[in-house]
Amino acid sequence: MKIIYTDVLVIGGGLAGLRTATGVKARGYDVVVLSLVPPKRSHSAAAQGGMQASLANSAMGEGDNEDVHFEDTIKGSDWGADQQVARMFVDTAPKAIRELAAWGVPWTRIQRGNHQAIINTESVTINEQNQAHGLINSRDFGGTKKWRTCYTADGTGHSMLYAMDNKAQEQKIDIQERMEAIALIHDESSNGKQRCYGAVVRNLMTGELSAYIAKATTIATGGYGRIFSVSTNAIICEGIGQAIALETGIATLGNMEAIQFHPTAIVPVGILTTEGCRGDGGVLRDVDGYRFMPDYEPEKKDLASRDVVSRRMQEHIRKGKGVASRYGDHLWLDITLLGREHIEKNLREVNDICKNFLGIDPAEEWIPVRPTQHYSMGGIRTKYTGESATLKGLYACGEAACWDLHGFNRLGGNSVSETVVSGMLVAEYIADYCATIESSIDINSDVIEWFIRAEENKLDCLLNYEQHHQDKSPPPEDAYKLREAMETIMMDKVGIFRNGKDLQQAVDELQILLQRSKNISVRRSKSKAANPALENAYRTQKMIKIALTAAYGALLRTESRGAHSREDFPQRNDKEWLKRTIIQWPDANKTLPEVSYEALNIMKMELPPGFRGYGTDSTVVHLDSEKRQQAIKDIQDEYHTAGNDRFSLQNKLMPYKALLPPKYRGKNERLNERFDDDQG
Amino acid sequence: MTKDNISRSARQLIFNILRFDPHLKGDRPRMERFEIEESSGMTLFIALNDIRRNHDASLKFDFVCRAGICGSCAMVINGKPGLACHTLTASLDTEITLAPLPVFELIGDLSVYTGNWMRGLNERLETWIHEQEEHDFTRIEEPMEPDLADEIYELDRCIECGCCIAGCGTVQMREEFIGAVGLNKIARYQLDPRDKRSDEDYYDLIGDEDGVFGCMTLLGCEDVCPKNLPLQSKIAYLRRKMLKIGLKSPKKICF
Ligand SMILES: Cc1cc2nc3c(=O)[nH]c(=O)nc-3n(C[C@H](O)[C@H](O)[C@H](O)COP(=O)(O)OP(=O)(O)OC[C@H]3O[C@@H](n4cnc5c(N)ncnc54)[C@H](O)[C@@H]3O)c2cc1C
Ligand code: SF4
Ligand code: SF4
Ligand code: FES
Repeated sequence: MKIIYTDVLVIGGGLAGLRTATGVKARGYDVVVLSLVPPKRSHSAAAQGGMQASLANSAMGEGDNEDVHFEDTIKGSDWGADQQVARMFVDTAPKAIRELAAWGVPWTRIQRGNHQAIINTESVTINEQNQAHGLINSRDFGGTKKWRTCYTADGTGHSMLYAMDNKAQEQKIDIQERMEAIALIHDESSNGKQRCYGAVVRNLMTGELSAYIAKATTIATGGYGRIFSVSTNAIICEGIGQAIALETGIATLGNMEAIQFHPTAIVPVGILTTEGCRGDGGVLRDVDGYRFMPDYEPEKKDLASRDVVSRRMQEHIRKGKGVASRYGDHLWLDITLLGREHIEKNLREVNDICKNFLGIDPAEEWIPVRPTQHYSMGGIRTKYTGESATLKGLYACGEAACWDLHGFNRLGGNSVSETVVSGMLVAEYIADYCATIESSIDINSDVIEWFIRAEENKLDCLLNYEQHHQDKSPPPEDAYKLREAMETIMMDKVGIFRNGKDLQQAVDELQILLQRSKNISVRRSKSKAANPALENAYRTQKMIKIALTAAYGALLRTESRGAHSREDFPQRNDKEWLKRTIIQWPDANKTLPEVSYEALNIMKMELPPGFRGYGTDSTVVHLDSEKRQQAIKDIQDEYHTAGNDRFSLQNKLMPYKALLPPKYRGKNERLNERFDDDQG
Repeated sequence: MTKDNISRSARQLIFNILRFDPHLKGDRPRMERFEIEESSGMTLFIALNDIRRNHDASLKFDFVCRAGICGSCAMVINGKPGLACHTLTASLDTEITLAPLPVFELIGDLSVYTGNWMRGLNERLETWIHEQEEHDFTRIEEPMEPDLADEIYELDRCIECGCCIAGCGTVQMREEFIGAVGLNKIARYQLDPRDKRSDEDYYDLIGDEDGVFGCMTLLGCEDVCPKNLPLQSKIAYLRRKMLKIGLKSPKKICF
């Protein structure tokens, strides 16, 4: 039995995992990073459009700051986000992007002077001031008041991930690729608390199982989009990280029903064209070539929040305005008006994708698009420190986690930003934890061995079904079929518009699939080593559980909030539903997890629930909202008359600075908020 | 508005795939033949998954993004290295031959260990920003000329897919040759003012026959690079630059 000891185990080599690793390493701790693929191929590389940070360098970003970014994020989340976490995030994002600039990301920079831009289909002249020349540029993205999304052409995620992985290599971080964590090792620790001690890891080339034992284990495995048959996500975004946390029976998942659909994935394959297409001036059109978004959302039009645009598109298709195709109806994304030069320079990946996968030239032709599963707001529930509230020593960050920055809808550009920021912060909290006596490893080697044996046994059952089921009943199941059935259920019944009847069916059917998945037999490919069929088998078992948490959470949530949209309960209901869904699966023999709720306290919010600004306001209001609104107004009045700055006012409304690691508490400098030089 | 570019009746595709599992005792390299029906918009990603699902569950290959972005799926397609995920079967004849990229360690069938190779290369060339200065990230960032940032990004677009290595004649003869991918990386850092290494430092890394002087400018690389990186002009530029330095300190010249 191979056992590897380290201080910190990081499962996942995307932006979140790598930034966590560099952070703990810089604090002097040993770290091992595991990844299914070479880290540079993680899904983070696919982010095209950009990273939000309120630098306020560009003319259209002028006046931007943490306060504006905070407000956009909370409204975007439909008030589901944790406001303190959001504050920590917006405060750290400018530092994160400047750090990445120093690490080598070739951010697109501002050119002084006049530029033509397309806004609302009109050509507009924008003048960039002299002092902004050469600073990081930003573009417009949905649901934001300012142009805040910083970018490198449309290869933002790629350039960020490369810089990050290179940094990790400079720091000589132990990165092990083609390694998959398939179970967490946990036990009651000597102080009586449930504690995570690491993971059982399978080598995807040799099939060997080993145990990685660590003081702190961090899950940074990204989202779970692949529980749907069509998704913009990479095919490795299968939710295994969330599943192994769930399978402990102790760790909890939050808001698994909060799933985002992106308006513009190409039909039929679901590859994304970035929101930057519309940010830069592209528009959506229907079967008649008509630009329909202004009719639905006169103010934000094509750049309303993602959940809103996706729903409006679906609504428009239902009205018969879609373009019929053999793959079902779609709409058009028109970027021809941006001109060839702009497309070939700033939307190059989009250009390539159109040419390679559709055989069209987007400078001349419209792109067939449809809303498609894109992002997992839900994930492993953690405190603001990234640590699980119920399983000591287990941390999570990035898309895998729900610490909860995005609530029920994530703003474009806030995700890659979150991965880096959460990595920076969580690394500090982990390092602090590693410095305590509490973190010392007190696990018995019998326990480690038990966990490895258990996994070996599960794999053996999959490979040698006949030996484990002498009487041949129940009949062996084909993992590919079960997986396809699960994907179809999610597509058809847990999609953009949801209703009680379909969701109940989905939950019922998924429970049956879960039962059947216990009898999977791997056919035609019996190798214990690299064996795609075996991998598909054990992942399918885990994915069905994740699908169930999402479908069940959606069934129980009888309101509409952000991306969770119930036709039978169209109102946002703050009175009953201003709370987070918490899921735990303590009894592995049951076919349903246990669900509880965590209320959000309005009286502590800096921005109490209000109208989000789309359609008409039909919210079922919580009584506290008005009370808190009034209290805030009183504080504001008092502060403004006393002539205080925005920082002290903010601090009065909802203090958060003390939660940040000391090294990240500084104010952010901007062109209109220069530091006196003695301060720097 | 779109051209429905695949409207003819379904073709039967014949795949000849080089199979070999080095982890399987006694296994030997062989060609295996699979027949599937083409569907509209079919890419090699879709076709290979179809084969795995319906014909041979043990067939090994690598896809991650399936969108031509991540560099996982490079293989030799009808004799030429390329990304399988963005290759439409409609662009190929009905008989398609697939083999793993040469040079890299074989994991099995079409799956090769490029990650390992690239990691070694990056370590060797130290492909990160070399700088001693401590930054204060609360301050406004250092400005950079917009055109320069664009130029750096142009070279930063390499996805480490390994096609250029598979297509390079020099690599076949010199195992340690860093290839176009390596040379492109050096060109990228050499251009970047944030990296404080001098041209002499770069010379020490690539001023020999495993580096820029090993390249025979046969240009197999630029032909096969799926990102269309300007490899030819960058290698030529580096060669001139390094030659100059070599001439300044002739003892370094090694050819
Ligand atoms: C097409 C597309 C475009 C996007 N564009 C943008 C954008 O413009 N702006 C933005 O802000 N966001 C964007 N996003 C979202 C954003 O890219 C992701 O949310 C973010 O990159 C996730 O990063 P991560 O580090 O959390 O996870 P990932 O990058 O997904 O990394 C997960 C890592 O975990 C590893 N892993 C997974 N499971 C295991 C396991 N069991 N054992 C070991 N390792 C494991 C994987 O190998 C990988 O290294 C986009 C998303 C998509 C789908
Ligand atoms: S030009 Fe140089 S690097 Fe490119 S294929 Fe030829 S020898 Fe190799
Ligand atoms: S230079 Fe081109 S072919 Fe070579 S690894 Fe990079 S992207 Fe691939
Ligand atoms: S799978 Fe990512 S490039 Fe082909």
